[in-house]
Amino acid sequence: MAYTPDQLQVMDAIIKRYPRSRSAIMPLLHYVQSLAGYVTNEGIELIAKLLTLETAEVSAVATFYTQYKRKPVGEYHVGVCTNTLCAVMGGDAIFAALKDHLGVENDGVTADGKVSLEHIECNAACDYAPVVMANWEFYDNQDVSSAKELVDSMRKGTPKPPTRGPNSLGTWKEASAVLAGINDGKAGEGLQAGGPTLLGLNLSKEGK
Amino acid sequence: MTKLAPVLSAHWDEKDSFTIAAYTRHGGYKASAKALAMDPDAVIQLVKDSGLRGRGGAGFPTGMKWGFIPQGDEKDHYLVVNADESEPGTCKDTPLLMANPHVLIEGCIIACHAIRAKQAFIYIRGEVTHVVRRVNQAIEDAYTAGHLGKGIDIVLHVGAGAYICGEETALLDSLEGFRGQPRLRPPFPAIAGLYARPTVVNNVESIASVPAIIANGAEWYQGMGTEKSKGTTLYSLSGHVTNPGQFEAPLGITLREILELSGGVRAGHKLKFWTPGGSSTPLFTDEHLDTPLDYEGVAAAGSMLGTKALQIFDETTCVVRAVLRWTEFYKHESCGKCTPCREGTWWLVQILRDLENGVGTEDDLAKLLDLCDNIMGRSFCALGDGATSPITSSIKYFRDEYIAHLTNGGCPFDPVKSTLFSGANA
Repeated sequence: MAYTPDQLQVMDAIIKRYPRSRSAIMPLLHYVQSLAGYVTNEGIELIAKLLTLETAEVSAVATFYTQYKRKPVGEYHVGVCTNTLCAVMGGDAIFAALKDHLGVENDGVTADGKVSLEHIECNAACDYAPVVMANWEFYDNQDVSSAKELVDSMRKGTPKPPTRGPNSLGTWKEASAVLAGINDGKAGEGLQAGGPTLLGLNLSKEGK
Repeated sequence: MTKLAPVLSAHWDEKDSFTIAAYTRHGGYKASAKALAMDPDAVIQLVKDSGLRGRGGAGFPTGMKWGFIPQGDEKDHYLVVNADESEPGTCKDTPLLMANPHVLIEGCIIACHAIRAKQAFIYIRGEVTHVVRRVNQAIEDAYTAGHLGKGIDIVLHVGAGAYICGEETALLDSLEGFRGQPRLRPPFPAIAGLYARPTVVNNVESIASVPAIIANGAEWYQGMGTEKSKGTTLYSLSGHVTNPGQFEAPLGITLREILELSGGVRAGHKLKFWTPGGSSTPLFTDEHLDTPLDYEGVAAAGSMLGTKALQIFDETTCVVRAVLRWTEFYKHESCGKCTPCREGTWWLVQILRDLENGVGTEDDLAKLLDLCDNIMGRSFCALGDGATSPITSSIKYFRDEYIAHLTNGGCPFDPVKSTLFSGANA
């Protein structure tokens, strides 16, 4: 794909955030992922050119970090936490059920391109276990049937909203742009804190 | 007297707690104004006097770390905030930043002033889109309000899914645009950190604790906690409990006290094992319910306070399965730089899989411990060391359970019983 002058301007602004241009590799990779849905060879070539690096140096970074995808994922990328605590509390059962329900293996994408599935590591929400992420938004306290309903809603094009996040679930590309540091104006949406986050505070107000 | 002491979490229950308006309403940005009027060395001294220690796991005194930055060297200095919260079980910085990102920004302003840095970076993990939004917006609002941009700047840097980047030198390599791999020390970041310049790397909770210390004084902070572990901190309770969640209490509270406050282990079950500070800290059992959860108390009992991630597992959980899964995590996240960690974690997984499937032998337990001995302390960073913690501690407390897998010809546990939905939905 050819990059538009507007897109090149965004990338220039990303580079200018840093004292040294090479530091911009990671946000630039998130940004090219937001345009194509994954990190394309063209994206790597452009980043190398903008930062005066070899393409191998950019590829080396792109392949080290698991959030950069080198092939297309679904419009909604679903991650099921199967690190120990979530796995034990139901994550393993949820992951197995979703593989079966969607007919895909780990890192697979449904034929309609709507949903991809990945087992993920601890996502810092253990007090909301078992945790499912979609486009890296939180879906807390899941079980097998709620997770199936979630992916069904995605395949119908009307994804359920995150439990702690914006009012509606954006696409994978939109999430990648946020991770490139682009403000989508949705920071004010959603809860400031879920129930478990407030448990200690509420107990202290009861004098405990 | 109440056992809890919300300071960081005091206003999280207000619907707009993450906005600059709410933060300012509760005295926000007054502490940075006060600190900016102080001599930087006096700020460092105040933080030293408070007794604040690093909340990212190691517990190093924060003020002392700041004091290591050479002064008058005419080099650029940097503050880097480690918001790459990824240690299994750890879930304190993420809700903190979701509910109140401005306290981190105010802490950054104070810390930058103290160490004579003009530039701070917040390195946040990439798998939390909404937290990235909140922090990004908070930085924008702090610029608009004039708290940033007048000598101190903050850049938000978003990671891309690598546990190793929580290690401070790997984080710096990542921030410089390389694969996140740890550096050999010395030189330490205080001498040659980001771009080989003097750099302080602090955890989110450490920096977020600073505004209240500046506002209320070192004595106030010293008044909470234990002899060598001062102040309050976030304890994150998760797993097989009636009510999981965040508990902010003075250092030194015990798991028994937290369980009594919160409703205990889930109904009809009993505590089997737990982590005091994430999966890299050796396991505890019900013998340790009264261990004071401060840096010294947990160390004296053979583990580490770590990130205060209290992951609770009841008697339905197979410890071999739990440890195997953590070990698979370390194998996956090993950056590959050092041979003992890269190869060692791979072999640990092979042997543990055999044991869990009942096809190993008792000799494999000795082999596991020997492997752990050859991984421990032999790599650039502590990832490999952390990988050995669950293995050595579980063999110490649950050797019989490993043997039972061999005599049983497989795992004797029903995994359905340990799920939250226990069969109803599985």
